[in-house]
Amino acid sequence: MIVTIASGKGGTGKTTVTVNLAACAPGAGVQVFDCDVEEPNSHIFLKPENCSKEPISTMVPEVDMDKCTLCKACEKICQFSAITTIAKKVMTFPEMCHSCRGCEMVCPENAITASSRVLGDLIQGTNSAGIPLTWGELRVGEAMSPPLIEKVKARINPKAISFVDGPPGTSCPAVAALRHSDFALLVAEPTPFGLNDLALTVEALKKLDVPMAIVINRDDGKSRVIDDYAAREGIEILARLPFTREAAAVCSKGLLLVDEIPEMRLRFTELFSTLMEKADKGGERK
Amino acid sequence: MKELTIISGKGGTGKTSVTAAFAFLAANRVVVDADVDAANLFLTLPHTTIQKENFLGGRLAEIDPVICTECGECLERCQFDAISTDFIVDAIACEGCGVCVHYCPMDAITFEQQTCGERFLSTTPNGPMVHAKLGIAQENSGMLVSQLRQQAREIAKENDIPMIIVDGPPGIGCPVIASITNADGVLIVTEPSMSGMHDMERVKRLADQMRVPAFLCINKADLNQEKADLMKEFARENNIKFAGEIPFDREVTASMNAGKSLVEFSQGPASKAVQNVWKNVTSYINDTMNRLI
Amino acid sequence: MKIAVSSSGNTLESDIDPRFGRAMNFIIINTETMAFEIKENTQNLNLPQGAGIQAGKTVADLEVEAVITGNCGPKAFNVLEAAGVKVITGISGTVKDAVEKLNTGSLAYAGGPNVEGHWV
Repeated sequence: MIVTIASGKGGTGKTTVTVNLAACAPGAGVQVFDCDVEEPNSHIFLKPENCSKEPISTMVPEVDMDKCTLCKACEKICQFSAITTIAKKVMTFPEMCHSCRGCEMVCPENAITASSRVLGDLIQGTNSAGIPLTWGELRVGEAMSPPLIEKVKARINPKAISFVDGPPGTSCPAVAALRHSDFALLVAEPTPFGLNDLALTVEALKKLDVPMAIVINRDDGKSRVIDDYAAREGIEILARLPFTREAAAVCSKGLLLVDEIPEMRLRFTELFSTLMEKADKGGERK
Repeated sequence: MKELTIISGKGGTGKTSVTAAFAFLAANRVVVDADVDAANLFLTLPHTTIQKENFLGGRLAEIDPVICTECGECLERCQFDAISTDFIVDAIACEGCGVCVHYCPMDAITFEQQTCGERFLSTTPNGPMVHAKLGIAQENSGMLVSQLRQQAREIAKENDIPMIIVDGPPGIGCPVIASITNADGVLIVTEPSMSGMHDMERVKRLADQMRVPAFLCINKADLNQEKADLMKEFARENNIKFAGEIPFDREVTASMNAGKSLVEFSQGPASKAVQNVWKNVTSYINDTMNRLI
Repeated sequence: MKIAVSSSGNTLESDIDPRFGRAMNFIIINTETMAFEIKENTQNLNLPQGAGIQAGKTVADLEVEAVITGNCGPKAFNVLEAAGVKVITGISGTVKDAVEKLNTGSLAYAGGPNVEGHWV
């Protein structure tokens, strides 16, 4: 079962919720996948050991100029201007390439072969509590994160309970993380920004047909904006986590709330079991 | 003309609140919301939208079921698993590469450019605001960001506006690269935590690669002063000009709830601090070389 | 010499368009006679990505010897370089002024791109 923790707005506490949920259920066989490959942070909290690292690359074309007849078939099929002929040469622009392999397929001389370009790293390790973490780390300066997110997700064992920490936003990277999830847990803060971005993510999830529930983070006990919205949309609120300076300080040190604050352990344990119940039902519905 | 982009790496560090304050403090500026897939700036700036335009992005394949003979050619060639076994294109998975279109023996696949969102031009008290709404699950956010900045530059040039302030997206990927390329300076708004530190380092490396001078502002600094001091040290060692720190202050959320910029709403400690950051940033950016004509 | 100047208009008095890839027009000029023609760049203006590459090809196909523009990114520069077209960047003002400066020898060819790519 795949549960993706998402938010729309950045910094609402996705990673905090992901790592603390995973850490409060030792023995449940939870695996964590950090798909916020632009700025992965889960490893800071889970502290995996003996990490293995492998470079992840994507296919880009390589042209054998001895075979090329300058027919321009590759240039015509490429929608991304990633391959072009100029002055009896074929130029490629690997950073523009979407790896569709059209040029390779269309070349009548078989002059194009698949080469590769490194997008970033895939890192895996297990922490002292036995929680396995897999994450991607996009190379700085690289624009394309979705292929790396897909590679991280490819490591998911669908039979285990997998928590996916998604990137913020609602465009390609966030959608790449949410696709094929069985359930989405939305972390929202009760502010106008939080509400606006939550609504965008809910729209995306409806499109993707993923069942969902909400956790309100930094609840001040006053603002009802998220409650009102959730009631209108018929989305259940599974938990409310208060804002405390103590909690903020624990997170800022890269520590787990469930280890440092007993009350938080109770709340997260409760959230974990409610979430599992809902996600099971959501999975059935699908 | 100078262009300042506010970024953070990590989300939710207060980028937009800082941008909204700057947009209020700058007497004559164009402000751009480049966080196109979760735009928030409009929520704190009173504005009137005077122009709306559709944003066209990449193309999308669509199979006409009447013509399709279900030969399977497209299915076999698609690298993105975007075509189902009953020959329907998954619009979200489709990358717009056109390989299926090229190889369909029946010419059953259309390939039209898609409307991916909307661009807006609005008026606000201190000058124009250029913003957008990217459609849900749409691509080409980087291209949309480039278009917004281009429009802002044209407006600034036509009206002799000396400053462009850009609210950037979180992360370090495509839309972030598009929002800082060729800017005169970036202000990194971070928070004093392990995550904030980790993400700031990555975003600083990106700014270095793009050769854009970086300034640093630490928000909610007093939540972990020790970490904040480490960040200042990092700034000193890595050629980042330190623009100041902002204390944690409930007035920030209160101003957001009131739909106002912090500096307009409050004269509390955070408001005073952000005014000081603005003073430093304007002096730093005026010291940078003019990058663009 | 036949050259291309990126321009936001269609006369010699028009301003130089600071953008190369997404320039409104290219003015193709014979620098000796000042005779010119207009090559529209509309097809590249609205391209989702690769406008610089395509614009580079457009002017290279017209067999110009040099390009005068405001900002030229790395991809467009590489295309122009591969086609043997020299590039002059960082120029503003009218097309005519720029050509006159070129004729008096007061413009220098760029050794590389003067801005970063736009990634789109």
